[in-house]
Amino acid sequence: MTVAAPAPLEPPATAVVDNARWRRLRPDTPLPWRRPLALAGLAIIGAWAVMALFAPLIAPDNPLAQNFATLRPPSGAHWFGTDELGRDVFSRVLFGARITLPLAVILVIAAMIIGAVLGGIAGFFGGWVDNLIMRIADLVFAFPGIILALAVAAALGPQLRNAVIAVIVVSWPAYARLVRSLVLSARSSQYVVASRLLGSSGLRVLFIDVRPNAAGPTLVLAALDIGNAVLLLSGLSFLGLGAQPPTAEWGAMVAEGAQNFSDWWVGMFPGLAILTVVLAFNFIGDTLRDMLDPRTARAVRV
Amino acid sequence: MSSASATAPAVLRPRKEARHRDLRRFLVQRLGTGVVLLVGITLVAFVVTHLVPGDPAAANLGQRAIGNPAAVAAFRHQYGLDRPLPVQYIVYLKDLLHGNLGISEQSHRPVLTDLSEYVPATIELALFAIVLSMLIGIALGIVAAVFRDRWLDQFIRIVSLAGVSMPVFWIALVAFYLLFFKLGWLPGGGRLDPTQNNPAHLTGLFTVDAALHGQWTLFWSALRHLILPGLVLAIYTVGMLTRFTRASMLEIMGNDYVRAARLKGLPERVIVLRHVLRPALVSIITVAGVAFGSLLSGTVLVENIFSWPGVGQYAYRSAINLDLPAIMGVSLFVALVYIVVNLIVDLLYGVIDPRIRLS
Repeated sequence: MTVAAPAPLEPPATAVVDNARWRRLRPDTPLPWRRPLALAGLAIIGAWAVMALFAPLIAPDNPLAQNFATLRPPSGAHWFGTDELGRDVFSRVLFGARITLPLAVILVIAAMIIGAVLGGIAGFFGGWVDNLIMRIADLVFAFPGIILALAVAAALGPQLRNAVIAVIVVSWPAYARLVRSLVLSARSSQYVVASRLLGSSGLRVLFIDVRPNAAGPTLVLAALDIGNAVLLLSGLSFLGLGAQPPTAEWGAMVAEGAQNFSDWWVGMFPGLAILTVVLAFNFIGDTLRDMLDPRTARAVRV
Repeated sequence: MSSASATAPAVLRPRKEARHRDLRRFLVQRLGTGVVLLVGITLVAFVVTHLVPGDPAAANLGQRAIGNPAAVAAFRHQYGLDRPLPVQYIVYLKDLLHGNLGISEQSHRPVLTDLSEYVPATIELALFAIVLSMLIGIALGIVAAVFRDRWLDQFIRIVSLAGVSMPVFWIALVAFYLLFFKLGWLPGGGRLDPTQNNPAHLTGLFTVDAALHGQWTLFWSALRHLILPGLVLAIYTVGMLTRFTRASMLEIMGNDYVRAARLKGLPERVIVLRHVLRPALVSIITVAGVAFGSLLSGTVLVENIFSWPGVGQYAYRSAINLDLPAIMGVSLFVALVYIVVNLIVDLLYGVIDPRIRLS
């Protein structure tokens, strides 16, 4: 009784961030950042981040400046052509990254925090709190994302900020469900019981002991969710419920392309921009998910 | 059914009756949760649409009428907007029980009439897309699982990731431009050519109605109109189902009984299709149910581009005009679809895996 039994190995879920422990647990699988798919994703995101950061230096033209040369096909002067107001599509795509990338990250973090806190509370306290929170989450889940987001965005008024709120409203339940299930499985584990016996309060246990174990899978879900957030946000803008003209936002630019569909370049390039960003985030998220242990991965999958 | 059970051996009869009782209890239980969900959904939709600053009067009245307080008051009175919110909700529920979904503020027709016109179009499109994506997605997933970690698997992985990364409104535009505008292979919008009349109404699904009446040119036209929006809608769900099929196939392939089947010398085809795919299907159809929900999301964007006269377009129009009864109606439709799809998925569990039959 003098020496405590060694703690059972923690779930490899947390090993996503820990190099040495990862290698010990899954020696046969390469590290996430050694896999080509994740590397490609990181490279694309990095490239977009650089372009967003230095857009004013790279862009050949002011994204809002109108010219007489309207709807010109791609050429040496305008790589991606010009739109119906003669604005340079290439510059607008570059500046579009400055809207989409930060907003996507912000809204996923917001949804993650809201969902994780609510899910954590639901899982830890159980009872009627759990029931209330999870039934609300179920209701939001039952709605196809864009239809609820559409109603929220339309009710709040067509504005980029409101579209972001709408996307947060439909995104948080996924995190709540995941964190709740993780907390439920952690609640009965020995280290939590020990901490409670030492006199820690429920909240302390939740934030000090349970949080690190729930963090890995939640971050993987967030990585997978960024792509969906970008799609939903640009979809709302496409419908005219997000960014308003003349803002250079990718979804709104595709909508302009829809109005001038015979001039393919107007909508083609902003759409490709959305595709590459979402694809890159999904490359990263998908690779990270493979690193989770299968049981947790199943919760993250859908 | 009764004659069949009469010829069945006597020993089996009690079990069969017990199963029927189980089925009945299951359906009643399902109906109960369904009603709760419907009420919950109406409540969410009601709260979302009523507690926010948007003013339906401003969205639906003309510029001059808004300046006229009497007109605004009349509008608000006509649609019951001048009553306290809880009262409005109770009134809505009461009308709902009588099959009255209210009058749309933009079409000035009963919402039920609007929906009965638009729902079949969306159902036809969504069914076409889900069948297509299940066929393609499950097939790709099986191939990926069989060729695990080989180049074919990597290729399918990238294809399916591209599928779930595709902005549907953009790929719709690209498909429209290429296949309709440039190549002219497929019609660009609507459910039929402008010169054609709708087939006589049976189900509201034009392909089915035309086929039932033997109007084959009409059937062919309806089918051709379905292909472009259906394909575009299916892209996301194909990616989703491919990835999920692969994952659940691999999970089951790790089981001992699969190894035993292999050691026994069963042909690989039998192992994959009978011993692995069948148990995997249980979780695959769950995801197919989820996929159907995301298809409905997609219809909002796709129907707008292909001028498909369905619920998606109606939802969009109602939302931007803050047509509250119509938004509520669309929410009810969505909830109903959710309930029915989940019921079908649950019943399919039993068909696929006898062990979980209605337990």
